Amino acid sequence: MGFFSRKRSASSAKERLQLVLVHDRTDLTPGQLDELKDDLLKAISKYIEIDPEAVRIELEKDGREQRLVADIPLKNMPRHRAG
Amino acid sequence: MTAKVITVTSGKGGVGKTTAVANLATALAMDGKRVVCIDGDIGLRNLDVVMGLENRIVYDLVDVIEGRCKLKQAMIRDKHLQDMYLIPAAQTRDKNAVSPSDMIRICNDLRAETDFVIIDSPAGIERGFRNSIAAADQVLIVTNPEVSAVRDADRVVGILEAEEKGNPSLIINRLNPTLVKNNDMLSAEDVLDLLGIRLIGIVPEDENVIIGSNRGTPIAADGKSRAGQAFRNIAKRLQGVDVPFMDLTPQSGLWNAIQRFAGRK
Repeated sequence: MGFFSRKRSASSAKERLQLVLVHDRTDLTPGQLDELKDDLLKAISKYIEIDPEAVRIELEKDGREQRLVADIPLKNMPRHRAG
Repeated sequence: MTAKVITVTSGKGGVGKTTAVANLATALAMDGKRVVCIDGDIGLRNLDVVMGLENRIVYDLVDVIEGRCKLKQAMIRDKHLQDMYLIPAAQTRDKNAVSPSDMIRICNDLRAETDFVIIDSPAGIERGFRNSIAAADQVLIVTNPEVSAVRDADRVVGILEAEEKGNPSLIINRLNPTLVKNNDMLSAEDVLDLLGIRLIGIVPEDENVIIGSNRGTPIAADGKSRAGQAFRNIAKRLQGVDVPFMDLTPQSGLWNAIQRFAGRK
């Protein structure tokens, strides 16, 4: 890797810390978060049809608050017609 | 008069807690405040050498707690500043010789006759840290703009929140303005954004700090040092004075000269 292709290190420090701090604060490993996502999707799929590929579930930091943000698009379903 | 008890802590070791304590105490005493520093690092005392008082120690914190001397006898007066004192840590005992209630009792005894009690916490989140925060009215967290120091600072903030120890304030120590400018060091804004707590001061990297501790004279007393100025500003803010933050854009140096020469500035 040449000198000029090097990514500036402060940016990677910040990105890495953002992830590490969210997991430290919630005491949740990335593996556990994946399990949580799977369980959540299973539970929701019992009631409505979702597109697992389009789902986005992330831990986000807002000041010193953590939140679990889920964006779960539903599949378009043909309407049932009578008769 | 009722003293304010301030604990300086960090999580990670080596970020400049002891230097910060010595300099804030010096700056407060220069402002005419009566200050007592307590070294909370039992078994690894260091505040005495940084303040240049190592040859004057007769009694220590554990002697006071175990009743071998009066509180006043363990207070070592500074060589230059009339109203600055140090209560040294015991060197040959372990941290279990002190309990949080001992610290609260000693600080309460000091409150009547001082303006500021500043406690130098040991690194880590164990017993010595717990002792040091027990009596605190305000906690200052020292960090460096560096991944491990910021991560550990965040852990400490989390513990203080859980213990309902109020909102700590942040000192970003050893910031190198040239590295920040070249985007090779986390900026003060980055660190604040990550930690989400209040900023009380940014101290630039300054070789005078090492020279000061070599001599046992904190650089807050040095009118020319940039780090000394930063510590004096923090001391003012601790007294409730609104002081603007220093301009830390790099002003000189070879790299800047080259950039100017190359027409990039």
